[in-house]
Amino acid sequence: MAVARALLVALAFACALVCGLALGQAAAAAATLDQAIAHFTADDFDETLAGVNELAASGSPRAAMIITALQDGKLMFSAEKKAVYIQDDLGNLADAATGRKVAGAPPDDLDNVRINNRLRGSIAAALGQLTLLSRDPQKRYAAAQAVFKSRAASALPALEAALAKETDGRIKRALEEARAAIVLNQSGTSDADKLAAIKVVAGRGDQDALALLADIPAHESPAVARAASAAISGIKTRLSIWDAVQNAWYGISLGSVLLLAAIGLAITFGVMGVINMAHGEMVMLGAYVTFVVQEAVRRYDPALFDYSLAAAIPLAFLFAGAVGILIERTIIRFLYGRPLETLLATWGLSLILQQAVRTGFGPTNKEVGNPSFMSGAFDLGGMVITYNRLWIICFALAVFVALIALLRWSRFGLEMRAVTQNRAMAASMGIRTSRIDALTFGLGSGIAGMAGVALSQIDNVSPNLGQGYIIDSFMVVVFGGVGNLWGTFVGSFLLDIANKFLEPYAGAVLGKIAILVLIILFIQKRPRGLFALRGRAVEA
Amino acid sequence: MSHTPTLKNLQLNRRRLLASATGLAAGLMAPRLAMAADTIKVGILHSLSGTMAISETTLKDVMLMLIAEQNQQGGLLGKKLEPVVVDPASNWPLFAEKARELISQDHVAAVFGCWTSVSRKSVLPVFKELDNILFYPVQYEGEESQRNVFYTGAAPNQQAIPAVDYLASADGGSVKRWVLEGTDYVYPRTTNKILEAYLKNELKVAPEDILINYTPFGFSDWQTEVSRIKAFGSAGKKTAVVSTINGDANVPFYKELGNQGVKATDIPVVAFSVGEEELAGLDTKPLVGHLAAWNYFESIKTPANLAFIKQWHEFIGNPKRTTNDPMEAHYIGFHMWVKAVEKVGTTDADKVIAALPGTQTPNLTGGIATMLPNHHITKPVYIGEIRPDGQFDVVWKTKRLVPGQAWSPYLPGSKDLVADWVKLNCGNYNTVTKTCGGS
Repeated sequence: MAVARALLVALAFACALVCGLALGQAAAAAATLDQAIAHFTADDFDETLAGVNELAASGSPRAAMIITALQDGKLMFSAEKKAVYIQDDLGNLADAATGRKVAGAPPDDLDNVRINNRLRGSIAAALGQLTLLSRDPQKRYAAAQAVFKSRAASALPALEAALAKETDGRIKRALEEARAAIVLNQSGTSDADKLAAIKVVAGRGDQDALALLADIPAHESPAVARAASAAISGIKTRLSIWDAVQNAWYGISLGSVLLLAAIGLAITFGVMGVINMAHGEMVMLGAYVTFVVQEAVRRYDPALFDYSLAAAIPLAFLFAGAVGILIERTIIRFLYGRPLETLLATWGLSLILQQAVRTGFGPTNKEVGNPSFMSGAFDLGGMVITYNRLWIICFALAVFVALIALLRWSRFGLEMRAVTQNRAMAASMGIRTSRIDALTFGLGSGIAGMAGVALSQIDNVSPNLGQGYIIDSFMVVVFGGVGNLWGTFVGSFLLDIANKFLEPYAGAVLGKIAILVLIILFIQKRPRGLFALRGRAVEA
Repeated sequence: MSHTPTLKNLQLNRRRLLASATGLAAGLMAPRLAMAADTIKVGILHSLSGTMAISETTLKDVMLMLIAEQNQQGGLLGKKLEPVVVDPASNWPLFAEKARELISQDHVAAVFGCWTSVSRKSVLPVFKELDNILFYPVQYEGEESQRNVFYTGAAPNQQAIPAVDYLASADGGSVKRWVLEGTDYVYPRTTNKILEAYLKNELKVAPEDILINYTPFGFSDWQTEVSRIKAFGSAGKKTAVVSTINGDANVPFYKELGNQGVKATDIPVVAFSVGEEELAGLDTKPLVGHLAAWNYFESIKTPANLAFIKQWHEFIGNPKRTTNDPMEAHYIGFHMWVKAVEKVGTTDADKVIAALPGTQTPNLTGGIATMLPNHHITKPVYIGEIRPDGQFDVVWKTKRLVPGQAWSPYLPGSKDLVADWVKLNCGNYNTVTKTCGGS
């Protein structure tokens, strides 16, 4: 069967060749296009690969479009009709070879042409070759990168042509790097060419360059091998410096997440002295508020999706804050001064809240999308900075500054500080202490709710979300010094940067243990934490 | 942890209350007893609260669906089946307690349950002591075969080994360098031990080309791990990640992969614990092309599977709910149990245990699953690539069904062991010393 098919293909190919000779180039291109497209109806990865390669070589103006459709899963085929279509976003079909719209109902056995990873690589390489001369500079740049990765010698003529025409410096460099990659990968080029190529690739200086240089065949001349290993060690030194910077950045980013989760606790536990085991569930509620807001936006106006987080932040604050006030009024206010009972009651409450959410929303994770400005990453020197982490750091800092400002300059902040420092005196000055207690607890919970909005961008939105943060949050508050917001701030960054520097060497599990041991030792030495509060608040 | 004793006390009180009520009003209780004799009880031991509820609740639902269907078709041995659902709350000691309650108080004929290996290990002594049957539906690390347990999930040779073989093949990208990334507990550790031995001895991978890394349960900050994988992958050899990351940690892991731009064409990740259900909480577009190895995928178009999916959607009342591999395992296990009970005409545990090996039932992907003497089953192995819609495209499958191996031939401690409950009546027979009782 397979033999017969191969024979047929070969025969048809030969026929096409003969026809091409007879009828001129245009007809030949059309014939090879049809030939190439015919491969896609076989529903076989090898056949599809042959189709991609023939398309790339056909020189047809439609080739890039068809291959792009294949990459996007929009290339459909019907085995029965032996036809291949391109589907547009609305589901309409157009004939792949001619671009003509298909009228009437689609064939019954319509299915998309499946691709696997090996094919994805070949598709990227083929598209790279075809779009090197594209008018869009972004596309040209992406094409150069694709050729750099594929190192396919067949792209060399197109690459030379593109290099001759290119004016944009960045793209020109990418094209040169791509040419160097091909030269290095090819046998039969002169040593001088290879040495020049190594120099170009070494200038790139990233992990892809490292991979390329490490892959140079062993049988090269000593000069080339020496140059390559020198370039490799140069890149490695550079990358190791960037590694340290990157670890510090990861620490800051992890620290900002912890700061967000812990800062609400720093108020309820640190300032009020309430051991609130349900704090993590406030974070979880905030994440679910984000989910609900996003669902509503998706349903009513998907165009506003990017703004859904902006709406979710105040809503999460208000909702979690309201739940916090409710908890304070109904449970915690009866337990002031009884830390053990508070601990047990709030622990039970956390279980109740988790199960309530599980019953209401179901046990599975909820999908909370990243808005477009929070997706992806950019390169800064030798490291990758992801947008979502960058935004979360900014958000954490903004929340912290706003909170400090609130406590320092607002009347509520003044009253809150007065009540926590000396309750009896504050009451005798006419401050309604029980109202301040409720509002303070609400503030701490509300901030936890805002933390939930941020966490929904990087973690699971599930009923267990809060549990992962509660222990770490207590740790940071105790380490930083109970009752001191700056202690929480410094503590969370210090601990997490240390954690991130330990992690590459000790692994995630041991690194965490090491941090815990360090904290235990530290607390032995300084029982009141980094920034111990002095004065009357201490004896309370 | 503090809630366990509270629960126990409550139960004790309830039990005492029940006992006194029975004594006082035996007449009142009579109808209930009579009714109980007319049904066959089936225990369902899956966590409905706590961390594992995310995975196990679905399995409880699928069992209820299967039992309801069986009842519609006339029940079993002329009696109706009655599901008894308990909630072990993701608390491993509570699993043992609830199993004991199901068997000695509710007198169930068989139990379908457990997800994590640690929960299975915790109930083993109970099933042995009270002589009942457990159907365990999840892929696991192997190295076990118990008389009272039937393993309908995959053993390592039905998931991990074929996945590695695929990646090492030309179609999978001829991978030469391996990252074994797992959550720090028994299943990933044992599986990775087997894989490491297999990679070194069978595929001749050099030790410096294997990186093994573990992270805690629920780990959420993957920045360092992912950049380490990227650095490991830049040594000029094709690199792949074999992920035994379990549970909640997967979502942030894949998000970080997507954000740091690790594409499947550069460094593919093949996962053993990520299925349709886990992907439901995720934007899958950056993950297209990453792989999973299972014995079942929702996207496999067979008449049996399409009917199963339709039935599931109708039962659960939500056309968006996915089906997954452990659900198929329960489907197979339940039908095997029904066949075995029908064959011996009783639900007596000893007789059913003896009848189960050799029992055959169709699976959902067009094959016939057979229960083997080592209490594992035959399964096809599929490798699927993640699609933009969160489903999987099958890119490779084994030519025939693979019989499950209880003991891995690649580990020095277990390569001489075989399990055979039919001829040898032993779960760990040593073929060298010719004795039953391990290495």
